[in-house]
Amino acid sequence: MSNSPKRWTIAIAPALAFLCGFPFADGRAAEAAKPSPAAQSFGMSKAAQLAKIAPAVKVDNSKVDYFGYGTTPTKAQIAGWAIDVLPNGRGLPPGSGTVSHGADVFSTNCAACHGTFGEGEDRYPKLAGTSRLTVNQPSKTVGNYWPYATTLWDYINRAMPFPSPHSLQPDDVYAITAYILNLNNIVPDSFVANSRTLPKVKMPNRNGFILVDPRPDTSNRECMSQCIKLADVKITSTAEGKQLTPKTTGPLDTMQPK
Amino acid sequence: MDDGGPKGEVRLVAHLSRSESAGRMGRRAVLRQGAALASGLVLAPVSVSGARAAASATSSPPADPEWSQEIGAGVVDRPYGKPSHFVKDVIRRNVPWLTATPQSSVSFTPLQHQGGIITTNGLFFERYHSGRISVDPAQHRLMIHGLVERPLLLTMEDLQRFPSVSRIHFIECPANGGMEWRAAQLNSLQFTHGMISCAEWTGVKLSTLLEEVGVKKNARWVLAEGADGAHMDRSLPLEKCLDDCIVAWGQNGEALRPEQGFPVRLIVPGWQGNVNIKWLRRLELGTQPWFTREETSKYTELMPDGKARAFTWLIYAKSVITFPCPEMPMKGPGLYEIRGFAWSGKGRITHVDVSTDGGVNWKRARLQEPVLPKAMTRFTFEWRWDGKPALLQSRAVDETGFVQPTIAELRQVRGVNGIYNNNSIQTWQVKADGSVFDVQLA
Repeated sequence: MSNSPKRWTIAIAPALAFLCGFPFADGRAAEAAKPSPAAQSFGMSKAAQLAKIAPAVKVDNSKVDYFGYGTTPTKAQIAGWAIDVLPNGRGLPPGSGTVSHGADVFSTNCAACHGTFGEGEDRYPKLAGTSRLTVNQPSKTVGNYWPYATTLWDYINRAMPFPSPHSLQPDDVYAITAYILNLNNIVPDSFVANSRTLPKVKMPNRNGFILVDPRPDTSNRECMSQCIKLADVKITSTAEGKQLTPKTTGPLDTMQPK
Repeated sequence: MDDGGPKGEVRLVAHLSRSESAGRMGRRAVLRQGAALASGLVLAPVSVSGARAAASATSSPPADPEWSQEIGAGVVDRPYGKPSHFVKDVIRRNVPWLTATPQSSVSFTPLQHQGGIITTNGLFFERYHSGRISVDPAQHRLMIHGLVERPLLLTMEDLQRFPSVSRIHFIECPANGGMEWRAAQLNSLQFTHGMISCAEWTGVKLSTLLEEVGVKKNARWVLAEGADGAHMDRSLPLEKCLDDCIVAWGQNGEALRPEQGFPVRLIVPGWQGNVNIKWLRRLELGTQPWFTREETSKYTELMPDGKARAFTWLIYAKSVITFPCPEMPMKGPGLYEIRGFAWSGKGRITHVDVSTDGGVNWKRARLQEPVLPKAMTRFTFEWRWDGKPALLQSRAVDETGFVQPTIAELRQVRGVNGIYNNNSIQTWQVKADGSVFDVQLA
């Protein structure tokens, strides 16, 4: 990832963090987050949810006697490895990509598994589709499920193409991102993906996630006797006779369901 | 491949036959054959079953078994040991139809063969998002940066100089039991519950490293990232990282296995497997979660109303009977020890109850020491089986008082699209012939 841009510097990030409560290091990312980073990224209710699941922690920094092992990473070392992208766009590099270029790059690098139009080959993930999430076994796609377009850029850049990860240039990642968003009718054919446009893409399922774990959501009791009526004990399903279970003795089984 | 099996023994015999003992061995072989013929036994034709029958006939009392009449293999015959070649079926297995590729897939631990709470390293379940990579420990680095006072780059040698701890914890994939949400599907303990294993992990507490780098006041989250091709990453609350997380290089007394992230992985005790980032290369502190693909598109639970639960990291109390089970059927009426495991990501298991009538009546099982927080706990229960059909269940309770739910209760609340965090009570149907099946009850 030698072509990864420098995203923030140790020297100025803390100062900005102190001022606005947010670790922005450069003008581009800070611009994307005006006026209130937390409010823009999540809305107040999300911010409140996040505060609940990751509360402020009292950190004791009074330590003065350090082990002193290791070295201080250089800015270039940090920039090369810190590939993460936040929903507000922090971490997106310079560059851009169009939907039409994305169609070409996708066809070469992605279509073999994901299908030319993101329909998904074999058991590989389907990327496009707008089925309702309330149906039985819905296909969870970028269009109906992913909450942030920035996550799409991050994941393609981070992990794709599956057999040759980290082989795409930022412009190509932008282009593929634009193409997949377009396949899902989220952006028009004329859309150009870059560090300014991606954080602004309104994903259909942006507010579809509950961030605070609602469990325990069951209330079974420690009943010890006559807990249910014997007559109510009924087998509703059995694995017996279903041709789904590989053998658990002998060599590894390559069976497929009949 | 030298599996140390019969071939190895043939070599040993060949070696010995060149030595002074050759004559003695030869006489013994003749004597054995003579004894077998004299006692009316007919040597079976050469076949596996035949060889077994012959071995058993000559190795039971009063006979002195063949292996008692030879000198065994010497030390360092196997410089790194392995199971007996008779133990062939005890291996990790996969469900070939489950995933698109074996590089982004899962294998299952044979819990039906696990006697104690520790999963041996070779059988620890695997889950890869981009395959098992081979990392040179001399080249590997761990970088800690972001909202810290002193960013740090550590070699493995640096990391191993820090004060270390060894703790026993389970790791469970939240998709364990995921194929059973809609119905009983897989007739196998290994495949319904084998995405859990338990090991003793050795490493430096993450809190030690965070003290060393100095956490800035506004930090709330930590991004953990792997060196694998997927750069697998998850956001974790700083609070948990400062509590009990371990940056681990040791597994059951030896180096981490490549399958478990050699040379270093994150251990997040009691939390779902995928946050225990393997081949750990980077920790970044920030103010908010990153909403990575693995905490939005995946590892989120779709509810019946179309909303999805995210950040459901905790493993709630769960248990399963490991004997009997579909792979380990009953062998006729009599007194049996029912065996199983229980675990909770919230702390210790306080007790496990067992039902043999499908949940009408329950009796307390015996917990075997040690009972450790966020570790697998072994339970046993004596049961006299009368040979009639039975429905076996176990129900775990942890130190928070949480009681393991039924699948019916889970479905009522969460529907069937959730995939993850199925911690329901498992029902094994025992038929009169002793065979055992995976079933679900109303």
